[in-house]
Amino acid sequence: MKLRIAHLYPDLLNLYGDIGNITTITKRCTWRGIEIETDQIYGNEPIHFTDYDLVFLGGGSDREQLLVRDKLIKMKNEITSYVDNGGVLVAVCGGYQLLGSYYKLKDETIEGLEILNIQTEIGEGRLIGDVVIENEQFGTIVGFENHGGRTFINDHTPLGKVVHGYGNNGKDGAEGVIYKNVIATYLHGSLLPKNPVLCDHIIKLMLEQRGASTELAPLDDTAELTAHKYIVDRFTKK
Amino acid sequence: MRKILAVWAAKAAATASRMLGKNGSSTPGTIALKICPDILTRLSGDISKDIVAVWGTNGKTTTNNMILTVLENQGSTVVCNKVGSNMLSGVVAAFINYATLSGKVKADYACLEMDEAYARIILKYITPTKIVITNLFRDQMDRYGEIDTTIKYIQEALGKAEDSLLVLNGDDPLTASLGLEHKNTVYYGISENLGLNLNETREGRYCRVCGNELKYEFYQYGQLGKYRCDKCGFKRPVPQYDGSNITSDDYVSFDVKGAHVDLPCKGIYNIYNALAAYAFADSCGIETKKIVDGLQKYKGQSGRMEEFTIKGKLVVFNLAKNPASFNRSISNVLAEKRTKDVVIGINDNDPDGNDVSWLWDVDFEQLKDSSVKSCTTTGIRAKDMTVRLKYCDIPEKEITTLENTKQAIMNAVNGSGERVYIVVNYTLLFSTKKVLQELEEEYKEGDA
Repeated sequence: MKLRIAHLYPDLLNLYGDIGNITTITKRCTWRGIEIETDQIYGNEPIHFTDYDLVFLGGGSDREQLLVRDKLIKMKNEITSYVDNGGVLVAVCGGYQLLGSYYKLKDETIEGLEILNIQTEIGEGRLIGDVVIENEQFGTIVGFENHGGRTFINDHTPLGKVVHGYGNNGKDGAEGVIYKNVIATYLHGSLLPKNPVLCDHIIKLMLEQRGASTELAPLDDTAELTAHKYIVDRFTKK
Repeated sequence: MRKILAVWAAKAAATASRMLGKNGSSTPGTIALKICPDILTRLSGDISKDIVAVWGTNGKTTTNNMILTVLENQGSTVVCNKVGSNMLSGVVAAFINYATLSGKVKADYACLEMDEAYARIILKYITPTKIVITNLFRDQMDRYGEIDTTIKYIQEALGKAEDSLLVLNGDDPLTASLGLEHKNTVYYGISENLGLNLNETREGRYCRVCGNELKYEFYQYGQLGKYRCDKCGFKRPVPQYDGSNITSDDYVSFDVKGAHVDLPCKGIYNIYNALAAYAFADSCGIETKKIVDGLQKYKGQSGRMEEFTIKGKLVVFNLAKNPASFNRSISNVLAEKRTKDVVIGINDNDPDGNDVSWLWDVDFEQLKDSSVKSCTTTGIRAKDMTVRLKYCDIPEKEITTLENTKQAIMNAVNGSGERVYIVVNYTLLFSTKKVLQELEEEYKEGDA
């Protein structure tokens, strides 16, 4: 068995070290003897979502995001059915915004893929800084955010509750969305290297979709958790 | 009178700051601005020849200092913000430094490196006759948002300098595109393929004019290379200053406009910096012989491949501040075939950028090379760097995390390699250099 990741448009969506997420998933599989490979998707070819165990959408500038939207909107039905059937999708920052109904900029509105019932609008100034959020299942998640858009997630379950930082919009204390096997968030930094628990959860989801055993051999996460704890302590302990 | 008062107060503050042993060089500027907000307009009016502004994400300080060396070498007096204080207060401080107590600045030239985001503010008070833009790499994005924002800031600044001569790096599509909207422009570049083949982030692969993907005949490094847009016809301009016959065995050398330049420094990127300085000087009408002579006398700045000896071991120290310059630095480390121990220092203070996610865009995987005996991480974000190296599949027993810079350096010096290479980001520059000087002194005495 070999797991397969589709990294969508890394030439357009690779702000803020998004590649670190792919590296982390890949290494944590390889170290456990799980075979995994990543297809970097470029150009305008149709994507066969069912060939993949994980689809990854990173962040990009507004201009690049619009280019990606134009490519993905043509595959709206395919990507929607991938998600409805439990396909694992991780979306960060600009990728997260694209999953919603729209991203309203000052003078234009980018229609989204409508996978999530969320709406994003550009606000005054960017929300920038280190973030610590709390999730019941995964504990604390740390990262860095940098976004001009404010996202409102309606009835969706957030990925976590903001302990430090802004989150989705700086107002309601929610960060990201977790929906079916979709994990969408503003956190980069990169997200997964310092959050090994979340990374392993994603690997388990991929294995589960394949019908394979989700037992993961333990790894020594001292380095990752030390870096994680440093952020939690620095920003939450007074 | 207000101007003179401002100069006096600022000079007093500069003296006090020096007595306290601080490197901070913009405080006098801040004080002068409080007393006399348009001090820069008043002081810069006395410059007799050119005022040049140097912008760009990488190589700004080096290029500015090369220009300074060329100008001083031919006998000119020059106002220059040498130590990288490149916001409004730093530029003001540079003028204060040269001003007489009656508030006059007797200088032929001013060469001023400016922060890309602050140039539009500085240009409210001063209009450069020439503007050099080195490149626009991904840099400090948490401050600017995105590279698009940086470009908007630059365009805003350029709007205040419509008659200035632009000296642009034509190999960078983002920088070159700024020339499309400007009437008075010269380009520099390297037309021969250097064949460096690095695996790294490329920022400007999309045409800034029409958004289409650019086609590259070859890349030099980063997004620098020979490019064209098939959709709108935007393409790499033919450079008036074209570097050729490039050699980089140890120190770099090149030909330009029939002249041969041997630079006393390493690194391909320094050829771009020298070409920028050459293009500027030539456009000022400075004699070719004097330009070449000046460039060949250029002394590297703090943390640009500086060498120290500690316990009989050669320690090479380099500053890197973003993925592009880190990739350059690591290539330099590996160009040395001898075995070595490596120290990487990462801070996340404001001048560094608070966001360290770019560490994942750097090709640290290169450090898996068998000539690298150990890696020590240091600085505020040492732990992040350790995780990054772990995911390069560098064995954890070869990675040591030591936030304290002195301990980190000694750990590497005591390693089994023949040399030590240290690469740090911006706010670790001065403190690391100080530690290196102290250690060099300490062990010199110890040997006697």
